[in-house]
Amino acid sequence: MTSVADIFETMAYGPAPEGDAPVREWIERHQLGTFGHFIDGAFTRHGATFAVNNPATGQLLAKVTQGTEADVDVAVKAARNALPQWQALGGHGRARHLYALARAVQKHARLLSVLETVDNGKPIRETRDLDIPLVARHFYHHAGWAQLLDAEFAGFTGAGVCGQIIPWNFPLLMLAWKVAPALAAGCTVVLKPAEFTPLTALCFAEIARDAGLPAGVLNVVTGDGDTGKALVAHKDLDKLAFTGSTEVGRIIRRVTAGTGVKLSLELGGKSPFIVFDDADLDSVVEGVVDAIWFNQGQVCCAGSRLLVAEGIATQLEEKIRARMETLRVGSPLDKSIDMGAIVDPIQLDRIRTLVNAGVEEGSQMWQPSWAVPTDGCFYPPTLFTGVSPAARIVQEEIFGPVLVSMTFRTPSEAVELANNTPYGLASSLWTENINLALDIAPKIKSGIVWVNSTNLFDAAAGFGGYKESGFGREGGREGMYEYLVPTWKKHAAPLVDPAPFAPASASANGFEVPDIDRTPKFFIGGKQVRPDGGYSIAVRGPGGHTIGEVGDGNRKDLRNAVTAALAATSWSRATGHNRAQILYYIAENLSARSAEFALRIDQMLGSGGAMEVERSIARLFTYAAWADKYDGAVHSTPLRGVTLAMNEPLGVLALICPAEHPLLGFVSLVAPAIAMGNATVVVPSELYPLAATDFYQVLETSDLPPGVVNIVTGGRNALTRTLAEHDEVDGLWYFGTRDGATAVERASADNMKRTWTEWTARDWSSAAQGEGPDFLRHATQVKNIWIPYGE
Amino acid sequence: MTIGNRPTPTGALAGSSAPRPTLVRHHEPAPIGAHVERNPGTALDLDVVRAIRVNRSAVERRAATIPTRRTVKKEWQAAWLLRAITCMDLTTLSGDDTPGNVRRLCAKARNPLREDIKAALGVGHLRITTGAVCVYHSLVQTAVDALAGSGIPVAAVSTGFPAGLSPIETRVAEIKSSVAAGAQEIDIVVTRAHVLTGNWHALYDEVKRFRDACGDAHMKTILATGELATMTNVARASLVAMQAGSDFIKTSTGKEPENATLPVGLVMVRMIRAYREQTGHIVGFKPAGGIRAAKGALDWLALMKEELGSRWLRPDLFRFGASGLLTDIERQLEHFVTGRYSAAYRQPMP
Repeated sequence: MTSVADIFETMAYGPAPEGDAPVREWIERHQLGTFGHFIDGAFTRHGATFAVNNPATGQLLAKVTQGTEADVDVAVKAARNALPQWQALGGHGRARHLYALARAVQKHARLLSVLETVDNGKPIRETRDLDIPLVARHFYHHAGWAQLLDAEFAGFTGAGVCGQIIPWNFPLLMLAWKVAPALAAGCTVVLKPAEFTPLTALCFAEIARDAGLPAGVLNVVTGDGDTGKALVAHKDLDKLAFTGSTEVGRIIRRVTAGTGVKLSLELGGKSPFIVFDDADLDSVVEGVVDAIWFNQGQVCCAGSRLLVAEGIATQLEEKIRARMETLRVGSPLDKSIDMGAIVDPIQLDRIRTLVNAGVEEGSQMWQPSWAVPTDGCFYPPTLFTGVSPAARIVQEEIFGPVLVSMTFRTPSEAVELANNTPYGLASSLWTENINLALDIAPKIKSGIVWVNSTNLFDAAAGFGGYKESGFGREGGREGMYEYLVPTWKKHAAPLVDPAPFAPASASANGFEVPDIDRTPKFFIGGKQVRPDGGYSIAVRGPGGHTIGEVGDGNRKDLRNAVTAALAATSWSRATGHNRAQILYYIAENLSARSAEFALRIDQMLGSGGAMEVERSIARLFTYAAWADKYDGAVHSTPLRGVTLAMNEPLGVLALICPAEHPLLGFVSLVAPAIAMGNATVVVPSELYPLAATDFYQVLETSDLPPGVVNIVTGGRNALTRTLAEHDEVDGLWYFGTRDGATAVERASADNMKRTWTEWTARDWSSAAQGEGPDFLRHATQVKNIWIPYGE
Repeated sequence: MTIGNRPTPTGALAGSSAPRPTLVRHHEPAPIGAHVERNPGTALDLDVVRAIRVNRSAVERRAATIPTRRTVKKEWQAAWLLRAITCMDLTTLSGDDTPGNVRRLCAKARNPLREDIKAALGVGHLRITTGAVCVYHSLVQTAVDALAGSGIPVAAVSTGFPAGLSPIETRVAEIKSSVAAGAQEIDIVVTRAHVLTGNWHALYDEVKRFRDACGDAHMKTILATGELATMTNVARASLVAMQAGSDFIKTSTGKEPENATLPVGLVMVRMIRAYREQTGHIVGFKPAGGIRAAKGALDWLALMKEELGSRWLRPDLFRFGASGLLTDIERQLEHFVTGRYSAAYRQPMP
């Protein structure tokens, strides 16, 4: 027994355990720790179960049911049945429910915190001070969105029944991030918590029921990856939201291709943590602790790649090592520890394997002198120095308390290293120079940038990635759109793809002087370029006779077009005013030739040319108008500082134009894309490409920088496939057939490019459906830049 | 810092090493109780002073998690509270101080804890007294007499406390008088204007002159951080004060609009660490003003242990400036002993 007098000398920290008796009682009360699913407002009888263990002790906590296809089906049906009444409740009615959920979470905060800690292994400090308060905050914030839904999202309606699959690293917080916006939007939910950590989701479902949430609105089906697979494959979902690994995200993208299910994916990361030489290094060290030793490093946005200005690297690494010595690892229920247990032995093995790989590859590993407990899943904080970008530990997400450190010479090299990854979730940058911070933040390809801070989260700010870290946002106004669809689209008719005109029988021209041949080339990098393949396709008018020929583009033509687009990315830095000027100039030049374009359209379609040209000019005006008005936002996060939500262009955007409108379809996609600063590769209507090819001369005379719009004609399906499979294409819009859309979405999984596909009819002539902010949203992604301030 | 950075042999990956159920530290940074050489000061090094960067928001975030990352319970809490008593400069700095209330304070400093509580804690054999008694100059003699034979030093606030704007010769003379009257510790105040105008030479010269006047008495330099406007100023003033030879740096007089706060304390102790890294010299820290609750005292101890190590949990390197804190600590210790919440009136008043 340690005496007060002894401790008076050593001044050691003693044990400070949080009791878990109430949690054990809660578990006991449920069929002695055996759980069914939570479906339609009640727990089901348990089926075949699997064990849920406390990773800090290895002891059994509870048994939960392995969800079957049939279980998933029952849950989806319950959600479907509850949907009409839940939607009919209206914004205010749902706001009251969300408010009640927020209050209920606060009332049961300690139960949820302790349960989360024993289930996941994360420190009670984190669940108590971060996870659970943020859960309540999400429900409060989204109670507000429910209340304001009709006013702030006019023309939108809830997507419907949502399948949601969440990971084990922030079990209840990820539930809140998904459930709160879904319920606010008027969706109902089937949620599958992670196999390792299902207990807080079950507890929450029960709390929600007791708080009066109607049966069927929130259903929880537990199980492993097979259960998740059954949910993903279910035919009656309108929306699927997933947080987890990029590997599984890819599978989900492929499985859901062509189903029309709205999808959002929040995937992995290897986020850079950039330290410039004028940073407050002592604060940087604490930032590192918060970045990589928060939740044992099992954080998708963990700052796991330390990039340090070469001149201060030794000093900073020394400070970090000193700090690592004072970190405390131990029982997660102890209130005086910094790091708890790794979630499962499987994850612990993965961390060990990768750390061993790092050592074998020759990087210098450093761990503190103290030992971690050996009777649970513990791993010490680990620092690798002397690593190169080629090392496996730099490339791969470790998802553990392992930091790799590299140096840079200049700010631009820091940006290059930061972006040298397939991921793009978050980044953290440290400098006391505001000019440098605000210069670097937009250059980093990540959905979140924390300036002089890290791992700040709030319901009012969007969270989500660039590149292979997935797409969609959670939190803030931008997050709400993930659960909303334009109301008109709910009733959109299937699209009838126009059929080619039958060839007319050959007619002899006699000996008249022929027209001069005008077979257009492609428009690549601002120049008219001959097709690589040397094949042409005939374009027929309504009478069936050939009215012209266009090049038949192939892979190499598209490769060249993408290269040209990549070279034109400075367009993204042009001012909104500048882009507006060019769009107006394009409209002006189109207007000057409107008669010629009208005639051309009439040749291809038989009639309607004049009207289509007029509408195209108006559309160009619309996006010229938007170019300097699609503002970002300053989110109201609880912070002395600003959180900027900036709308950034996707980069290289491939546009597969709708078939039915030769000019208006082309303009309706190109104008919003370039208004937002994207460089584009455009495939015009396969049957009626001549308006787009005539457009070369309009573009050439309108001061548009070379490469911003590249046009390749040819067979839609083949061209689309090549673009969908091109890793340097950041986004792809496809308006065509369901088969085509399926192929696009399936192929997009490889680099997680943003896709916007549609195979239902859209009235391109109307302003409501043919233009507007929905197009701009698809042309951009939101970057949230957190800038705390104060001197 | 000289915190040991022993590399772990690459073969001995964690989890495969010592079979210990809880975390164990293999070393402490510096031997407890070892005599600390006084800080001799250095030349004024403006390069170092001007290179200082402090990010207030980041400092505040770290400071906010010190009380939430660390807590001590039961025996540990009792021991830490006892330690807090020994690090206390039991203080009275009022216009109505008289020899009578100062003698009472000194008696409390000798016996800060009821005998029955000490016995129940099993620390009857330990010499538990406060770290010092802190008074105005005119009461130094009274306090010295009252504390005779106890080993408890008398600290005098000096140099035109609290504003520090009397003539420099007067302030220097005040130090000398207090030292002559038996004060072993002198708490000086600096001219805030030197900091606010960036006149680091003037600040350095002022503090150095005071240090010379102190002679063998230890000097605690009060920066009056509540009047220094920015964290960067706090950090720079801390460093200049150490370069000028301060034995301690201290946050506040207790008379400024803002007292000792954890963020300010964090900035100052980081400077103590930086100064040690740069020069090898060791300087103590004294937060003062507004520390009234036992829980607050534990937070300060945790801050010291986390940022500087356990060596800074001894009265030669750490002091609280406090007047009301002791009573709350006594109540908490009685609660630990009896399991009942105690009343202030049960504790003998200072």
